[in-house]
Amino acid sequence: MAEFSVIGKRIALVDSAGKTTGQGKYADDLQLPGMLTGKILHSPYPHAKIKKIDASKAEAVEGVVCVVTGPDAPNKYGILPVGHDETALAVEKVRYVGDNVACVVATSEAIAERALELIDVEYEQLPAWFDPEDSMKAERDWIHPQRPNNIEKDYHHVFGDPDKGFAEADVVTEHRYIAGEVTHAAMEPHCTLAQFEIDSQTGQPGRLTVWSSTQVPYYLQHKLSIVLEMPMQQIRVIKPLVGGGFGGKSEVIPLEIIAAVAARKAKAPVKITYTREEVFWAHRGRPRTIIDLKIGAKKDGHLTSVAAKVIQDGGAYCSYGVVTILYSGALLGALYDIPNIRYDGYRVLTNKPACGAMRGHGTVNVRFAFESQLDEIAGQLEIDPAEIRRINLLKPPCVTVNNLRVQSYGLPECIEKVIERSGWGERRGKLPPARGMGMACSHYVSGAANSIIRSDMPHSTVNIKIDRDGGVVVYTGASDIGQGSDTMVAQIVAEVLGIGLGRIRVIAADTDLTPIDIGSYSSRVTFMNGNASLRSAEDVKKKIVAAAALKMNCAPEDVIMRDDRVWKRGTASPATNGAGAEHTARADTSGGSVREVSGRVEGQTLRGSLQQKRKDEGPKDQMSFEEAVVSAIDFTGALSGTGSYAPPKDARGGAFKGAGVGPSPAYSYSAQVAEVSVDEETGEVKVHKVWAAHDCGRALNPVSVEGQVIGSVWMGLGQAMQEEMVWKDGLLMNPGMLEYKSPSATESPEVECIIVESVDPEGPFGAKEASEGSLAATIPAIANAIYNAVGVRLREAPFTPERVLAALKAKRSEKKALEMTRGSDPSSPTTFREHGGSLWFKGKGPQRHEDDPSRRTNQAETAAGDD
Amino acid sequence: MRKELIELRVNGRKHELAIEPSELLLDVLRQELDLTGSKRGCDDSSCGACTVLVDGVPTLSCTMLAMSCAADEQEALEITTVEGIADHGALAAIQKAYGDWGGAQCGFCTPGFMITVKALLDRNPEPSEDDIRHALSGNLCRCTGYTQMYQAIKAAIEAEQEHR
Repeated sequence: MAEFSVIGKRIALVDSAGKTTGQGKYADDLQLPGMLTGKILHSPYPHAKIKKIDASKAEAVEGVVCVVTGPDAPNKYGILPVGHDETALAVEKVRYVGDNVACVVATSEAIAERALELIDVEYEQLPAWFDPEDSMKAERDWIHPQRPNNIEKDYHHVFGDPDKGFAEADVVTEHRYIAGEVTHAAMEPHCTLAQFEIDSQTGQPGRLTVWSSTQVPYYLQHKLSIVLEMPMQQIRVIKPLVGGGFGGKSEVIPLEIIAAVAARKAKAPVKITYTREEVFWAHRGRPRTIIDLKIGAKKDGHLTSVAAKVIQDGGAYCSYGVVTILYSGALLGALYDIPNIRYDGYRVLTNKPACGAMRGHGTVNVRFAFESQLDEIAGQLEIDPAEIRRINLLKPPCVTVNNLRVQSYGLPECIEKVIERSGWGERRGKLPPARGMGMACSHYVSGAANSIIRSDMPHSTVNIKIDRDGGVVVYTGASDIGQGSDTMVAQIVAEVLGIGLGRIRVIAADTDLTPIDIGSYSSRVTFMNGNASLRSAEDVKKKIVAAAALKMNCAPEDVIMRDDRVWKRGTASPATNGAGAEHTARADTSGGSVREVSGRVEGQTLRGSLQQKRKDEGPKDQMSFEEAVVSAIDFTGALSGTGSYAPPKDARGGAFKGAGVGPSPAYSYSAQVAEVSVDEETGEVKVHKVWAAHDCGRALNPVSVEGQVIGSVWMGLGQAMQEEMVWKDGLLMNPGMLEYKSPSATESPEVECIIVESVDPEGPFGAKEASEGSLAATIPAIANAIYNAVGVRLREAPFTPERVLAALKAKRSEKKALEMTRGSDPSSPTTFREHGGSLWFKGKGPQRHEDDPSRRTNQAETAAGDD
Repeated sequence: MRKELIELRVNGRKHELAIEPSELLLDVLRQELDLTGSKRGCDDSSCGACTVLVDGVPTLSCTMLAMSCAADEQEALEITTVEGIADHGALAAIQKAYGDWGGAQCGFCTPGFMITVKALLDRNPEPSEDDIRHALSGNLCRCTGYTQMYQAIKAAIEAEQEHR
């Protein structure tokens, strides 16, 4: 008999039919009677005071119900308790091009759009900050007055003795790396529908229901409560199907609050759906990051010390910024054995849309720098890149120098598997000219051990209800955003109860019905909600087993539940005769057109008590799941179970400032090899294949694990090759799917996923995360492959043809590279460039558009001069 | 704008609708007929989530006026949305295969892919890998990296062939 009956099987997501038929409902698919449409007016300036908003002309338009502005909901909120710096709509100041100024609520989208143009806003422009290194030096006009020098937060961590480590090193390398800004661009634009119910007692608007495309219904409920000044229990948040998140919906996005405020003011249900351009402004993606990295190593390849200075261009609001900058430092640890670490992290505010959490939160760009530099050190020491990684492996179970607890550690096997499958040893170095292979590793948390709102509350709770029909309803707060958490929950419960998936109905992410789960972020759901599901199922199983044991005259330990049957250990396997008995019952009743259904139909016990049946049948060795359920209900009353999960104390990290971010009960591991070829004439890089071995603890559903790993690698590939947000004076130049260049089918290489199962001691059935950990390795694997192919080291991502070509030219002429922008060498950039290497720079590019805010400034100055 | 009465044929059924002449086919399908399977994922016809068949040709319903599909002197054009490709109330082979092989994760782009793949296989029952990549290149997906879609399409072709 196989070890497991449900988990480990390749199964379709439980909600996949709704997705392939179009029947599944996403937020924008919902309509309510009398529903109005909200449209948001955005700031055309990157930094300006709002002197006056006159919406009277807009309000006079037929079909416009109301116009909402900042003062309608002035309470500050933010996803982090330390970062409450946003308001639903701008109060006093706008801080980026696209900041939210007003919202028109109208009977149709067309009317609302027309009315937007009639709102007069008087602005007074302020100097704006676009470059984080300039912004940090700002003496005045700070973006948030409470954040001097526009520094949201800086951390300076020292673990071990980094200076001594560098002194002991035989080689020390130091370089600057820059990773461009990228965004999630989930296929579903954000959408929120909000409705108030009239309270029967007061006759006034009472309870609020919000349907929203969110990864974090519980946090949304919490922030709505802050802004609307309503108790949380009066707010119901329902997450319908969500069309992808990747972190972009893992915090409260302005439209979610605006829709609720608008519904209150308009006294009618309001739906707001972002356009794609608005999605880019809402952003919360991965910040442009500048990394100054210093690594010391012994001749034998052992790392002695690492020092990293990281500056993140965080945009105009805190968002998850404090967490992002901490992850960047904390996850220098827990992949390799590094005895000494110095980390200086700066999260800087700039007048651009806020950056936040994106898949691989905080680790990705630093991992790109680290793995590139490790490859370089391996080259200097003439050690194989795979070997230098093996030399520096951790020896778990252990606690790293920065207090991260590592238990299961599949990295050695990942490296081994990826070498074997890619033919690393045989093929690397023997490929045709300008073709190469590169390797890199990465890791990620299986859920943050400390929640955003620090408390001892469980991170996940799951309830189960079973009724006499033998149907199992699971109530989980887990937010399925396409990663398959509903399926994961169903599988775990089915496995524990020994039943088929068909019996299970998952009710998820509805704050009225489901117990609290803190959300789908930090890759926490399988580990934490999975553990809560496991405990909940075990809780209810205990009750069923106790009743079944009485019925079968055996000890509870001897009751086995599997394949929808319950039997006494040591008796013959009931699988066949059990099913046969049911077939007989079915055959008895399927003859005529009128059927007798009082009593038993297909295993269901509709009437009569267990005691009566026991009298009829006597003690037995086995029974169906329904019979066992009925016996449990007859003995104990209502049959339900509950389980919750909070990370254990020893996995929650150290006591220093900032120690809360990075610790996790378990880490996933990934090793990857990329094979590329480079066109030396055009600088174009083609990625032929990526092999990715990922340690997910245990693959509960291999189809899902592969999908998540391949998806991560693919997203990393996008960031490595072509995705980059390009800015000009705070204006996003590529706010569309074509301009932003999300890779299409023709641009996406084959990705081979190799699952490694290290079976974590604390994960549900040993499972860890699978959705984020593989992303970070892809970028350096490609960079290292490019080096292997043509001998140039790309230190700025993405590796666009311009950058590759400039680096190739620099190598050939052994001179400084083509000065494309601010005179910096693209192969080794030393200064930040806002526009990512294109010619759009301070007026040197093509004629500016007349709506360009900087051009308006010039006009304003000219006009003032005339006076 | 004044509304006009038009007749549309969608998934084999006739609908009489009063719409503004400027309304896009996508909006009419979603808002008037509640066929919300077709999605709006972008502003500029770049994502393919709204793909429907118009007389068998995959078409972005966000760039087409509903009026231009309506009956005038001629018969109304036959529009097939994702809701219209299920096989007599059960999943069509391609729908089943996308579920089984992980071709759909968040599912938002999936209706567009269903239509695109159906059009491909109607035209070319045994496409090469290049044909498939080329056909899918107008539909964007942010979850899957497309790899599992190829497996799903292969499985669907095999299922169809066995079925015959």
